[in-house]
Amino acid sequence: MSYVGNTDTQRQEMLARCGVDSVDALFEAIPEHLRARSFDVAPAKSELEVIDELSRIANRNYAHLTNFLGGGFYDHFVPSAVGAICSRSEFYTAYTPYQPEVSQGTLQAIYEYQSDICRLTGMDVSNASLYDGGTALYEACQVAIHATHRGRIVVDGGVNPVYRKMLYCYTANLAIEFEEIAVTHGQSNREQIFDSLTDETAAVIVQNPNFFGVVDNHADIVKACHDRGILVIQSVYPVAMSVLATPGQIGADIATGEGQSLGNPLNFGGPYLGFMAMTKALVRKMPGRLVGRTVDRDGKDSFVLTLQAREQHIRRNKATSNICTNQALCALRAHAYLSLVGRSGLRRVADLCYAKAEYAKQRFAQIPGVEVMTASPTFNEFTIRVPMDAGELAGILVERGIAPGLPLGRYYEDMQNYLLVAVTERRTKHEIGLYAETLESVLKG
Amino acid sequence: MNPSDRKYTKSHEWIKVEDGEAVVGITDYAQEAMGDVTFVELPSVGASFPKAGDCGVVESVKAASDLYCPVDGTIADVNASLENAPELINQDPYEDGWLLKLRDFDESQVAELMTADEYKASLDQDS
Amino acid sequence: MAVIFDKSISGRQGVRFPTSDVPEPAPLGEAYRRDGDAPLCELTELDVMRHFIELSHKNFSIDSGFYPLGSCTMKYNPKLLETVANMPGFANLHPFLPQLRRGCMLTQGALHVLYELEHQLCAIAGMDAFTLQPLAGAHGELTGLMLIAAYHRSKGNDKKEVLIPDEAHGTNPSSAAIAGFTTRSIPTDPETGMLNVDALATMVNDQTAAIMLTNPNTLGIFNSDVDKVVEIAHRFDAQVYYDGANLNAILGKFRPGDAGIDVMHINLHKTFATPHGGGGPGAGPVGVQEHLVPFLPTSRIEKRDDSTYQLNYDCPESIGYIAPFYGNFGVLLRAYAYIMSMGREGLIEASENAVLNANYLMNILKTKYDLPYDRTCMHEFVISAKNQVKHGVHAIDIAKALMDYGFHPPTVYFPLIVKEAMMIEPTETESKETLDAFAEAMLAIADRAEQEPGTLHAAPSSTCVNRPDELKAAKDMDFAHLD
Repeated sequence: MSYVGNTDTQRQEMLARCGVDSVDALFEAIPEHLRARSFDVAPAKSELEVIDELSRIANRNYAHLTNFLGGGFYDHFVPSAVGAICSRSEFYTAYTPYQPEVSQGTLQAIYEYQSDICRLTGMDVSNASLYDGGTALYEACQVAIHATHRGRIVVDGGVNPVYRKMLYCYTANLAIEFEEIAVTHGQSNREQIFDSLTDETAAVIVQNPNFFGVVDNHADIVKACHDRGILVIQSVYPVAMSVLATPGQIGADIATGEGQSLGNPLNFGGPYLGFMAMTKALVRKMPGRLVGRTVDRDGKDSFVLTLQAREQHIRRNKATSNICTNQALCALRAHAYLSLVGRSGLRRVADLCYAKAEYAKQRFAQIPGVEVMTASPTFNEFTIRVPMDAGELAGILVERGIAPGLPLGRYYEDMQNYLLVAVTERRTKHEIGLYAETLESVLKG
Repeated sequence: MNPSDRKYTKSHEWIKVEDGEAVVGITDYAQEAMGDVTFVELPSVGASFPKAGDCGVVESVKAASDLYCPVDGTIADVNASLENAPELINQDPYEDGWLLKLRDFDESQVAELMTADEYKASLDQDS
Repeated sequence: MAVIFDKSISGRQGVRFPTSDVPEPAPLGEAYRRDGDAPLCELTELDVMRHFIELSHKNFSIDSGFYPLGSCTMKYNPKLLETVANMPGFANLHPFLPQLRRGCMLTQGALHVLYELEHQLCAIAGMDAFTLQPLAGAHGELTGLMLIAAYHRSKGNDKKEVLIPDEAHGTNPSSAAIAGFTTRSIPTDPETGMLNVDALATMVNDQTAAIMLTNPNTLGIFNSDVDKVVEIAHRFDAQVYYDGANLNAILGKFRPGDAGIDVMHINLHKTFATPHGGGGPGAGPVGVQEHLVPFLPTSRIEKRDDSTYQLNYDCPESIGYIAPFYGNFGVLLRAYAYIMSMGREGLIEASENAVLNANYLMNILKTKYDLPYDRTCMHEFVISAKNQVKHGVHAIDIAKALMDYGFHPPTVYFPLIVKEAMMIEPTETESKETLDAFAEAMLAIADRAEQEPGTLHAAPSSTCVNRPDELKAAKDMDFAHLD
């Protein structure tokens, strides 16, 4: 099935217009010695067969476990209207809004999304989206380096280890130096961060809540950095922004994060949504697309892509970033989600997550052999220490229908017995109780 | 229309020596080609650049153009009024729309640049 | 129309959440809390639906009409792909599941899709291996260039320069710069519309890390000297990068791997019909020849002897993590379903019809429009508004006028090497009737350019706005509606 409508008769008419007698003649530019040596693709299947086969394949995934896995990617509820809005062909099958007259829908939606992100983070200006939270963090480093003309970045050990790995990958060929400062009691280690700051430091990266779920107020770090002309990049969890001190509130220069939690399914790792917002002072260094409000010839409110001279299609090798395709549809989902849950709804989601996580902490604290890390306050995710290898334990719990959290051994060598547990508004008291009981019985042996 | 009291580069900058300093801007042709200028990024005062060194950016709605230092020199001053009024470059490229002033610049390199007539001839040739 | 925040009525709610079934916890300390609520809107579900549906009416899309945006391959996106992507077994799968002990066994279905897609792309492109991690075409370019950097570093060579044809997409030089390379532009031969191999030969030297090539190029012309480019590059151990943005022209006809291309990317959202979604998401898998396999991003998907799949994180020479997980899985899955549904013959038929449609349209349009490179094109072609400029009508005016005929305009003012460029890519899913109607509109516009150019300057008249003021947008910098 190739979705081609031209009939044989039409093709003959078209070939005649081209002055050739066969389609092969149109491919004469490809000389014989360069023709494909093989093209080993299976024969076509009908729609029915494709759906049947892929349903079978999908069923081999354990997508129905009771999910306590997080680590920056969360199993939140998505209202039905999000899908109804975003599956509209007018949004779904449009391209980048290069021609504003026929793209006002996408453009206004992006402008509103940018406004949402600013309102959530307390920052001045947001771009139209980046690939994911990790690439957003990398792009933020580039902004800081270009804005300060300095080459060192200090990274708090509470920043998602996956993002840290991404940062080091991206900068392997560039003259950027990173220094990591391990957390203390799960929180940013002020003393060591302050000691690490030099006149070559471009930025400090912190995360809130951090990878261990710990919440913090980084205003003191911001102050120390600004005294030395250093920028602060804060990676944040957008759902938590309805209750936690925002990057704007603490004076951070750039806010980034992963927007998956805002109405986007887990999708086994993507497509996700990188967001980035910053102070107006930095806007010329912003990577990616920006939508601005203006008026048309008749004075009517309109929206356009703007400050495009920063971008790759104009600046080529001197662009602020190479990004072209972004995550517009995921941003649309985030905007639809935020519009639907609204002011009180997002706070409600955050309050539920927090209450349920606190309840889970209480339950786990009563299990002999389990230690809940409580030195610092947490939001919807927390760390527990168990009396066995956490990976091994997780394997056992999965067989009982529970994805119990993320074993931290892969990312922190000295944390083989630690599990990072996330609780969203979707988890019930019953499910949390069942997890606690199962955990207790497994540990009893 | 290109004033004859100054010299021109192939990359469409002009440079005019007065009172021991050299004033630099972009030509009328350049501003016309760029369209409405929306933003100018200028170097820090005190920074030194070699001839043809990348010393700033002029942006319009649909284009961005690097500014190349016409001769070796050190930045003595930049046109601060462009920050809020970049349109001066379009309105008056040869006077109010100047971009920067150089000190300690290489006078012999100025002499090697194109005269107004030579610049005009090079434009005619390109089109 | 009003922005959504202006429609907000204090106290309204769009979603009801369950009451809490757990005890009220002690509140978080004041220092950690936000000052006041996030000022999001307050609307009912119906308010929100009406707002978005009204927005949707202000968008042109493939499903509403012909969208010949050159270089973007706006082909029909089969709805089957959405059914598959929304299957809960895929959509609800947490990416950290494989990190649990024996976790790969929990995601065998997803790993099957990834493994099989990798191998299908190898068969389609003639490459030895693919990574599916790059999240978009430009991200693929960056990944490919990082692989090239790692390759040269492994051999102890410090090669710093990447050569790029002047007609290339802007992402090419931008990606090269971000990967730490300097760039130099290769001129296009004005006679042939292809990069000049003799000129290239004089530019390649010990310092050349890579040559980037788009083939067919952005003029829609296939460079039959691609193997010579490879040969010249390899004399100096420079790698050849193939920008697969235009792969839709050559499925089953030409495979980059057969011509000795070292690295390439494929834009799945172009050739393999995954929806563009107003600018994304996409996916940009990168294919390599065997000598670059050790450098591919972590992790690699492998098939065990018992036919199960696993993720291998033990990749000592890998460039590391370019994506958080395994790529834009939802996009990869759609591409997999698309290839399955098209099959071998369907893919070949797609390319043949893409090329036929482009040539047909080009042969009609060249009667009134300047065709700077008049030769058989591949999936797209570039015409110029040169003839119309004589009457004061520019490419942008033609683009705007097309909207009044119910068509999306082509890509305008790209590639940069053609003045007043209009780049037209009809794709295979458009039928002759649509192409005829579009051609008729284009020819009518050409006539109007001669007879009543003023009407074109005034266009469009049927759209909700008319030529928004971009200068004002750039100066006002109103990027957000805040209270």
